[in-house]
Amino acid sequence: MPPILIIVFAPLLAAIIAGLGNRALGNVAAKSITTGALFLSCALSWPIFLTYLGGDAPATVTPVLHWVQSGSLTFDWALRVDTLTAVMLVVVTTVSALVHLYSWGYMAEDPDQPRFFAYLSLFTFAMLMLVTADNLVQMFFGWEGVGLASYLLIGFWFKKPSANAAAIKAFVVNRVGDLGFMLGIFGTFLVFQTVSIPEILAAAPAMKGASTIGFVGLRVDTMTVLCLLLFVGAMGKSAQLGLHTWLPDAMEGPTPVSALIHAATMVTAGVFMVCRLSPMFEAAPAALTFVTFIGAATCFFAATVGTTQWDIKRVIAYSTCSQLGYMFFAAGVGAYGAAMFHLFTHAFFKALLFLGAGSVIHAMHHEQDMRYYGALRKEIPLTFWAMMAGTLAITGVGLAGVFGFAGFYSKDSILEAAFASGSEMGRTAFWLGTFAALLTSFYSWRLMFLTFWGKPRWIESEHIQHAVHGEHDDPAFEGAGADVAHDVPDPHHAAATGGYHPHESPWTMLVPLGVLSLGAVFAGFLFYTPFIEGESFWNGAIAYNEHLIHAMHSVPWPVKWAATIVMLIGFAIAWLCYIRDTSIPAKMATQFAPIYRFLFNKWYFDELYNFLFVRPAFWFGRLFWRRGDVGIIDRFGPNGIAWVVEKGSVVARKVQSGYLTSYALIMLLGLVAALTWVMA
Amino acid sequence: MGGFPILSLMLLVPMVGAVACLLAGAKAARMIALVATLADLVLGIVLWANFDIGGAQWQFAERAPIFAGFSWALGIDGIALMLIMLSVFLMPICILASHSIEKRVGEYMATFLFMEVLMIGVFSAQDLFLFYIFFEAGLIPMYLIIGVWGGQNRIYAAYKFFLYTLLGSVLMLIAMLWMANEAGTSDIPTLMNYSFPVHAQTWLWLAFFASFAVKMPMWPLHTWLPDAHVQAPTAGSVILAGVLLKMGGYGFIRFSLPMFPEASAQFAWLIFALSMIAVVVTSLIALVQDDMKKLIAYSSVAHMAIVTVGLFAFNVQGLEGGMMVMLGHGLVSGALFLCVGVIYDRLHTREIDRYGGLAINMPHYATFFLLFTMASIGDAGLHHRQ
Repeated sequence: MPPILIIVFAPLLAAIIAGLGNRALGNVAAKSITTGALFLSCALSWPIFLTYLGGDAPATVTPVLHWVQSGSLTFDWALRVDTLTAVMLVVVTTVSALVHLYSWGYMAEDPDQPRFFAYLSLFTFAMLMLVTADNLVQMFFGWEGVGLASYLLIGFWFKKPSANAAAIKAFVVNRVGDLGFMLGIFGTFLVFQTVSIPEILAAAPAMKGASTIGFVGLRVDTMTVLCLLLFVGAMGKSAQLGLHTWLPDAMEGPTPVSALIHAATMVTAGVFMVCRLSPMFEAAPAALTFVTFIGAATCFFAATVGTTQWDIKRVIAYSTCSQLGYMFFAAGVGAYGAAMFHLFTHAFFKALLFLGAGSVIHAMHHEQDMRYYGALRKEIPLTFWAMMAGTLAITGVGLAGVFGFAGFYSKDSILEAAFASGSEMGRTAFWLGTFAALLTSFYSWRLMFLTFWGKPRWIESEHIQHAVHGEHDDPAFEGAGADVAHDVPDPHHAAATGGYHPHESPWTMLVPLGVLSLGAVFAGFLFYTPFIEGESFWNGAIAYNEHLIHAMHSVPWPVKWAATIVMLIGFAIAWLCYIRDTSIPAKMATQFAPIYRFLFNKWYFDELYNFLFVRPAFWFGRLFWRRGDVGIIDRFGPNGIAWVVEKGSVVARKVQSGYLTSYALIMLLGLVAALTWVMA
Repeated sequence: MGGFPILSLMLLVPMVGAVACLLAGAKAARMIALVATLADLVLGIVLWANFDIGGAQWQFAERAPIFAGFSWALGIDGIALMLIMLSVFLMPICILASHSIEKRVGEYMATFLFMEVLMIGVFSAQDLFLFYIFFEAGLIPMYLIIGVWGGQNRIYAAYKFFLYTLLGSVLMLIAMLWMANEAGTSDIPTLMNYSFPVHAQTWLWLAFFASFAVKMPMWPLHTWLPDAHVQAPTAGSVILAGVLLKMGGYGFIRFSLPMFPEASAQFAWLIFALSMIAVVVTSLIALVQDDMKKLIAYSSVAHMAIVTVGLFAFNVQGLEGGMMVMLGHGLVSGALFLCVGVIYDRLHTREIDRYGGLAINMPHYATFFLLFTMASIGDAGLHHRQ
């Protein structure tokens, strides 16, 4: 049996066993089966990746089942593995395996653990199906599968109304993107007469500017339309500007979910899709310009919002959104290798940051508001160092030619590629990306300083007060362990801590942090050359632009140093605001109140969408129902006819009065009328 | 199968069961109904197992002349087979789901069995008039199910259902008489190959459309459906959504498309326009429903609109996609109505706001409900449309 079959189907099998077995199976069995399956998948994935790392390895296709045969439309279930898939395989299985392990600790007190682990494994299966897809429909199957798993996991604590609302929002916003993806698939089938990815990609270059297609009444370039439609799907899944609103709300789900789905894997599916179909996008320059624009705009937008949020998970969520923007504009300027490289490094350090945040939340008894943190460096040192590795990686700390943390290599290559592309939009993306890098550094250090430095501000937190007073939160509401709640209040302790002792997390949570820290530190250094310069590594899996790679090496030195310089500036500002003089942020917020409010309220996207789409949809729904169905169709249709019949029969009844005289009169009138008719 | 009249037998079994139910007491009637429907399910499986895929177009054909060219003619193709399987599969479930019925159990079970006879009859009839009889007679049991065993407002709903469905049928009957006269036969396979004059096709098509569009139901002839669903008992809703709505689609496939191809092409715009309106309008209406059954009913209208678009796309994928959605919807909406019935029996409300947290007490139920909802949303893999 080819290993790829085990990699993909072991998680599914585990999900089915754990999901159906549920309470009958018991927590430990369900957790062991799912986690074991994921570690097996992970162990089988790395050798595949290493084979491709050696260079020049060919793509393989493993058929599974016949699926659809309908006229000229035929496609099968088949697992395709090439370099691109191999990269995704290690990312998905590694992060997923670690998140499974981490959840042993994080979800230890939850009453519904088999369900949680079944969902996680189900998600992993769908994601693997997505990345191994040999045709667009199979990719769409995985695409919907991850959407479903995401919905289930965001709403995992279904007793919380906010979690349900967030789950529905994520699902619905994603459906908007899916509509684009579906139309894209239909259009591709219409144009290429196939949904097989290799066949489409082989035919795509010849289609560049070759034909036009009628779309919403306009004649437009075929490839541009197809790529834009597919990209709308990518925007939904990868939370790009316009369709990003679900991602911050998705933080209602348990933190391991945020790390796996909403940071490392599912949200990168859009980037994967654009890279997978890169020869198509290369044939549609206008679409690529749009991709660059959206990517750069998202990267800037999300970074600005991230600077003002208080919830530790929301900061990281906006950070994710912003980093995804980098990946997209890298793809937009043709640097697909750089986009995938950032996807790869980001998966490690962002999963690390989320799991680290989870560890902090766990230690702080479910408190997520950074205003109530402070001075945790000494209390939870291992979590602190893990978060530090993540922060150094995301801000891109490093010295060219010597050593750098993961983000240093990937982010720099993206910015260089954007500049080197020479296009107007590429330059714009470079400037926006550089500014966003400054903001990234600022909000990341802000998070670190607020959490780990300064003085304890725990006493004001309701969660902490509950913990100190020994009141348990309902464990079904909150997943994290309640072991921290058993602390005896210490009467001598300083008022600021409220007598609360944060505890370091158990080893099941710390081991994943350690492994991911290794990734955050070394992933960039080790894999820069194959990802960015490895034409033989990619071996045709993505459109490889040799010209761009050369141009990247000859960008002027200020461009090369730009990211490092703004990183230092961002650090300095954060240090100034949150260590040196902690009154500055409040003063700034008052001074520039309108800007602050605009950012704090996330550019008012939710309000705008509520006004433009949500409320009108309900309003129209009610209109069509009350006025349309009931008011017009029923009133003039069945009820109207019934009314006519009823009134008619009242008249008819009056005619049958039983008086002979009136009958005689009617007969006479009728006779006259008939005679008149005949004579005339 | 060597000429064994299995289709007639499938009609006979529930018919005999229906009569027996009328004579038996409540408890026995439940048993008889279950046995009869299960027997039909077994016969259906035998039918399926013996169906030669890729073989002759019409299989298990039976012909027995009655009078004046009108004959007891049965036979199925793959499309009919799928819909018959759907019917015989749903029936035992409906019987089991009717345990909360206390009133006139014998009559209730007899009505359902009679319904089954008519459903199988519609999908296997090979004679125009035989089809008409089965198709129209289907109204009667459903009318009784809603009108006798329905909810608060059952009389209004039953009449509305009856009036709407009757509206189209008269026109269809006239069209059928004209067709039989013109072609000199009422044999459906023959008629499918007969080319009617183009100008006549227009009128014939419209006459059939009137009947099928109501059954389907297409916007704006759909308003009977939400009322019927809300008032019908659970099993009635299951059959209504699962099978009766499919008769409209089956009619389009069996009559409108093959017999009047020119008119179908000519009127495709009408179908598309109505379907598109239906998808958008009824989906929005479904969004604002508080009543669970109404929500599913409106979403059914939207789904059926997708079917009609597929059927009138005039390509293999559209037709097969339409069939897939019909089958998928038949199973899924039936299942969803069962799910609603399950909650209703416990909470006696269909208001969504009054639910919540059900997954705590009913985890398995919640799993199934989710599965069916996802199928209804059309997650790829559960059913696929192209």
